[in-house]
Amino acid sequence: MTGRGQDRYTLTGVTKVYPGVVALQDVSLSVSGGEVVGLIGENGAGKSTLMKVLGGLVHPNRGSITIGGTTFAGLTPAEATRQGIAFVHQELNPFTNLDVTGNVLLGREITRRPFGTLDREAMVRQVRPILKRLGARFGPLDPVAHLSLADQQLLEIARALSMDARLVIFDEPTSSLTLPETQALLGVIDDLRRQGVAVLFISHRLAEVGQIADRVIGLRDGRNAGELARAEITKDRMVRLMIGRDLIRSRPDTAPQPDHMTALRLRGVRTAAWPESAVNLDLRAGEIFGMAGLVGAGRSELACAAFGIDGRRGEVTVGATRLPPRSVAAALQAGLCLVPENRKEHGLVLDFPIAANIALPNLAALSRRWVVDRGAEMALARAGRDRLGIRSQSLTRAAAELSGGNQQKVVLAKWLALNPRVIILDEPTRGIDVGAKAEVYAVMRALAAEGVAIWMISSDMEEVIAVSDRVAVMHRGRVTGILAGSQMTEENILRLAVG
Amino acid sequence: MQKKDLGLGILVLVVGAVVSVINPRFLSPINLANTANLIGLFGLFSVAQAFVIVTAGIELSVGSVIALLGVVFVDLIVTRDMPWPAAIAVVLLLGCVIGLVHGWLITRLKLQPFVVTLCGLLIYRGIARFYTADGTAGFSFDDSFPTLEWLVSGRSGGVPHSFMAFSVVTVIAWFVLHRTVLGRHLFAVGKNPEAARFSGIATDRVTVLAYVICALLTAMSAIFFAMYTRSIQPSSHGNFYELYGIAAAVLGGFSLRGGEGSIVGVVLGVVLLQVLQNLVNLLGIPSSLNFAVMGSVILIGVIADTQVASFRNLRRQSKAVAGLDNPADSGGA
Repeated sequence: MTGRGQDRYTLTGVTKVYPGVVALQDVSLSVSGGEVVGLIGENGAGKSTLMKVLGGLVHPNRGSITIGGTTFAGLTPAEATRQGIAFVHQELNPFTNLDVTGNVLLGREITRRPFGTLDREAMVRQVRPILKRLGARFGPLDPVAHLSLADQQLLEIARALSMDARLVIFDEPTSSLTLPETQALLGVIDDLRRQGVAVLFISHRLAEVGQIADRVIGLRDGRNAGELARAEITKDRMVRLMIGRDLIRSRPDTAPQPDHMTALRLRGVRTAAWPESAVNLDLRAGEIFGMAGLVGAGRSELACAAFGIDGRRGEVTVGATRLPPRSVAAALQAGLCLVPENRKEHGLVLDFPIAANIALPNLAALSRRWVVDRGAEMALARAGRDRLGIRSQSLTRAAAELSGGNQQKVVLAKWLALNPRVIILDEPTRGIDVGAKAEVYAVMRALAAEGVAIWMISSDMEEVIAVSDRVAVMHRGRVTGILAGSQMTEENILRLAVG
Repeated sequence: MQKKDLGLGILVLVVGAVVSVINPRFLSPINLANTANLIGLFGLFSVAQAFVIVTAGIELSVGSVIALLGVVFVDLIVTRDMPWPAAIAVVLLLGCVIGLVHGWLITRLKLQPFVVTLCGLLIYRGIARFYTADGTAGFSFDDSFPTLEWLVSGRSGGVPHSFMAFSVVTVIAWFVLHRTVLGRHLFAVGKNPEAARFSGIATDRVTVLAYVICALLTAMSAIFFAMYTRSIQPSSHGNFYELYGIAAAVLGGFSLRGGEGSIVGVVLGVVLLQVLQNLVNLLGIPSSLNFAVMGSVILIGVIADTQVASFRNLRRQSKAVAGLDNPADSGGA
């Protein structure tokens, strides 16, 4: 088909207001066929809203969308699909009860007359060449339940292409992929570009944006923050675009204190995920103990088992107290707490007010004879807000209304109120913006200075090296090494992480 | 008190006012006492249902439990000559056992509450009918238990004791659900069981407790119903009561997804449903339309609720857009 390169998608002066929040204000951007445009911005900068405008899920209050000469005040999901707009989302939700073909053509099944039965052969005929075009290693009849995350993403792309998509929007597509999978995905995106498809690539991972994008557009506080041409794309300039200033990375010189006593001791701990590998660990009071490894290495499972969410074998000791397995209450009692990776599902009751969230694990201390003292509850919430700098108009608002960074601070506040001796942070800065990250690091250092042992699980290599006093690396359920001081390099960690 | 409750309260008053204008007999002491008695009877198991619904569960066996425990209660007193205080204790204990079993099946065997309590609905009804050989269990004319009768179906100063019992239960339930640690845990488990578990809450224990509280209150209402009807037809006694309780809870702002609702709301829901029933009788509407009227009012109530919410949302949005042009008005954020 000729003329595909002329496809042009333009947003002009788009404004979207939510109660209490201006999500987008006068934002303009354009992307053409055969071009990859990187879209960057901190959390809350308006990227998600912008995508919803393009997908027809949100109708802008002002502004317009121009597609190949036609101008719309707003799209509907059906119109967006008709205009060739398709999404590959950050969180994939394929229908695991259907096969690949069923997923790709879901809602656009091919039927046979006269009864409208499914024409499986025609469907497979349509899907097979698309999979080939993407270089997929799975076939049209494979069950989706067994596909890896990376393959599920390819499936999503196949679905986009089957709709004859001319603009594919990738939303944080690499956040759960391994390095080789990421490179393969970037290869696929490059192919799409050569085939004349327009691509909008949204990512926090600036290295990938720099590798793939022809142009980078920055959003900040719901407005255009500027644009970088291919030659101008450097990490520093992208960071400046996102946060409006240079990122100052400084680390106070904290010499490791080897004489500190052991705060958390793991002996022969086995998890259900890796039952054959026993883990021994010692965390000292006042240290930040980083834990690196690839996705699936068993880090979160180890943390959850130690905390008592999941079952375990082996011994976990906090201070002098030996913890019984499968008892979160006992862990909390002994001063061990866990800030879970999945903030929205595990960390917070989103519809609860901020104050009630902070109070949730602290109710015993806040109540007399089982009756909650609501004055004490608000006082605790206020203390948490002031300590962590939670930005919200009121503590009685639902936690759902906060930005990711502020939600994370609420989760931290709810645990810090227990005055823990050991705190496990599982991916504490995932999905929160650069500014909030710096605040989280500051809280961690302050806690460590007070003598709290911090076990930080992170997949962000730079973060692990910058923040930790020591780094343990896991691979397939085992701790393959513990690094300290000058040994903590990306190269060393990666070597241990791959086994 | 939530905004939702206020709206429902106004609705109750408006319906009551309309009925009393059309038929002044609505406000007669006899009618009011009768209505209060029914509110007490139906209110007990509706509040019970609320405890389960707030945990995102459901209890479908309420009607069958009322039939079974009613039959057992009458049988213990009439044919087995058990002293009535002991019979009450046995029935309440049986209620707790039923609640424990339901809770255990749901938390330990991970069965769905709908399935467990649906099976309960069928099983208890069947046992009740078998127990009486499909006959009627009841008091005969010469049976006389004056203290029991006064206690359960009597009146003091014109106020039915069932209504008093309901009032006491309501106040306690309100306190438990809205002021205690257990209440907070029930809401948390209903809204997000995972986050509750990560917060050190024994979610299984909380869930089991919800079913025990529900079954205990249901057993209590079974005694009141047995003494109210005095004769129990086990194939029809208590039919559809579970749906009545669910309806009152939903009308009162409880979400079947859990974690939402208030005791004030469910009480107002019970009152509204009884006033409606009364309206059908007093206004001479064919009583066959009874359920249809109830269903329509619940539907309208739920629709109005969602519409008002989305209207409010819309208005807040347009206000915010207007604020963009006059940033001075919007004030400091």
